[in-house]
Amino acid sequence: MNILVFVKRVPDTESRIRIQHETKTIAEDGLNFVVSPYDEYAVEEALRLKEAKGGTVRVISVGRDEAAAVLRKCLAMGADEAFLVKDDSPETYDGLRTARIIARAVERKFAGADLLLFGKQSVGADNSQVPAMVAEFLGLPQATVVTKLEVEAAAATAYREIEGGTEKVILPLPAVVTAQKGLNEPRYETLKGIMAAKKKEIPVVKLDELGLGPDEIASQIAITGLDVPAQRQAGKILQGDPAETARELVRLLRDEAKVI
Amino acid sequence: MIAVYLETRDGKIKKSSLEALSEAKRRAVEMGDETAAVLVGGGVAGLAPGAFGLGAAKVYALENPALADYSSQGYALALAEFAGEARPAALFFAATAMGRDLAPRVAARLGAGLASDCTKVAVKNGTLEFTRPIYAGKAFLTFTLISSPKLATLRPNVFPLAEAVSESGEVIAKSVSFPDGAVKGRVAEVLREESAEVDVTEADVVIAGGRGLKGPENFALLRDLAAVFPRAAVGASRSAVDSGWIGHQHQVGQTGKTVSPNLYIGVGISGAIQHLAGMSSSKVIVAVNKDAEAPIFKVADYGIVGDLLEVVPRLKDELKKALAD
Repeated sequence: MNILVFVKRVPDTESRIRIQHETKTIAEDGLNFVVSPYDEYAVEEALRLKEAKGGTVRVISVGRDEAAAVLRKCLAMGADEAFLVKDDSPETYDGLRTARIIARAVERKFAGADLLLFGKQSVGADNSQVPAMVAEFLGLPQATVVTKLEVEAAAATAYREIEGGTEKVILPLPAVVTAQKGLNEPRYETLKGIMAAKKKEIPVVKLDELGLGPDEIASQIAITGLDVPAQRQAGKILQGDPAETARELVRLLRDEAKVI
Repeated sequence: MIAVYLETRDGKIKKSSLEALSEAKRRAVEMGDETAAVLVGGGVAGLAPGAFGLGAAKVYALENPALADYSSQGYALALAEFAGEARPAALFFAATAMGRDLAPRVAARLGAGLASDCTKVAVKNGTLEFTRPIYAGKAFLTFTLISSPKLATLRPNVFPLAEAVSESGEVIAKSVSFPDGAVKGRVAEVLREESAEVDVTEADVVIAGGRGLKGPENFALLRDLAAVFPRAAVGASRSAVDSGWIGHQHQVGQTGKTVSPNLYIGVGISGAIQHLAGMSSSKVIVAVNKDAEAPIFKVADYGIVGDLLEVVPRLKDELKKALAD
């Protein structure tokens, strides 16, 4: 089984986000960057499939040189190879652009995969666009937000989360699958894995090797504003007898907030 | 024309789709344009009156027996073909499990950018401007789309449902055909959760529990409290989920779901930054915590400092009384 996993470097979930208003970008200094958490489930699933069925796991990230650090973590977890598709553009928040780059990279450089695994969304842009767009560009079936995956020789059964239930999707391979929390518990890197990952080379694919036209890598998103949400005002805090505070809270919800 | 894809499950149009249609109508009126609704399925034209009631001038019913069950490829094909022929200025979806699965495929087919999970839509200089949370709500991005049509998914529970007016309109039924082998994946089965609980993203009230519950058994208190409301769901913090006290589908926050109910009640939740990101767009926030210094009190509209085991059952009784009045 030949598996491709796509990962993104993002600020960790503990990060406090600050805005650089003049450039309408996120201030990156002081942020701790990690593999996007959902992508880790995708890497783990690929490694488990490889352990069960043999094959290779190749991990790919589109981004600046700094993304090599998250690729190295994936190598330390056990991925066979990692590749950086070098894209120096700042975050565009445009999934279509990234999807075009990935789809073209798969066609030109990574053809022949049985399974393309992604996180269900990057933590940050939160778009949930790229995997389904890649699937459409490549004419592949997809299952997104998957919490259980069973892979046979020529087909996969994926269980995807929907409101109040689960959808069971049958996919002939090759296919695109996106990982949701619950799919597995990602492993920690071993010291041996970390040492081995340090020695591995991470080949770089340049954007201009992919033959995309300027209109194809132009962002379709024109940013007009980037702000942090207005601070909520701290409200009324009730202390004392549980019965009285409960009664007073319900009165406030009904008479003041008018939500009940 | 602003077109809105109306998602159907079990033969009914989803409420979040009607919210998207309501918002489309408001923006279309502002732009001097009209709205249309789009249904996709085996035989869906009969659902059209629901859309006319919300002001759609036309309802397109894209039909093929093979579309009776949802498939991202089949539905994307149908909607892209519709967009190519009817040429709407914009096409909206509800940002549901289906909308998030489907809209990107339609966007890729049309070669158009997509505004995902929007919480605000405005008209600026004659074009649509979208606002959406990024970093799970730690920041908000506002932008216009350069490509056309303007594709967007709208977050459930954010846009108010319009008052239904009795209007009628034109139903345009179209038979969709696709080449052999164009649809590869298929939904074999939809498995419902036995409890048939409302999802946290769709609930009017979310009662969320955290580490302060001390164990899985105390989630029963929250379920009891939720049962008082007509459309309430139980949520949880990451630490409660990671401790195995409740399934991850209940998690609210940056590696869980972002919710915006009318009323959010956080019980025994301290308020880690990644949790606050996922719930701070709730209309009214209530916190119950024994620690008066818990960060959640900084964002709460109302708080009770106290022992949740004593407070929650009394809160349930008082709410029951108030709601019965």
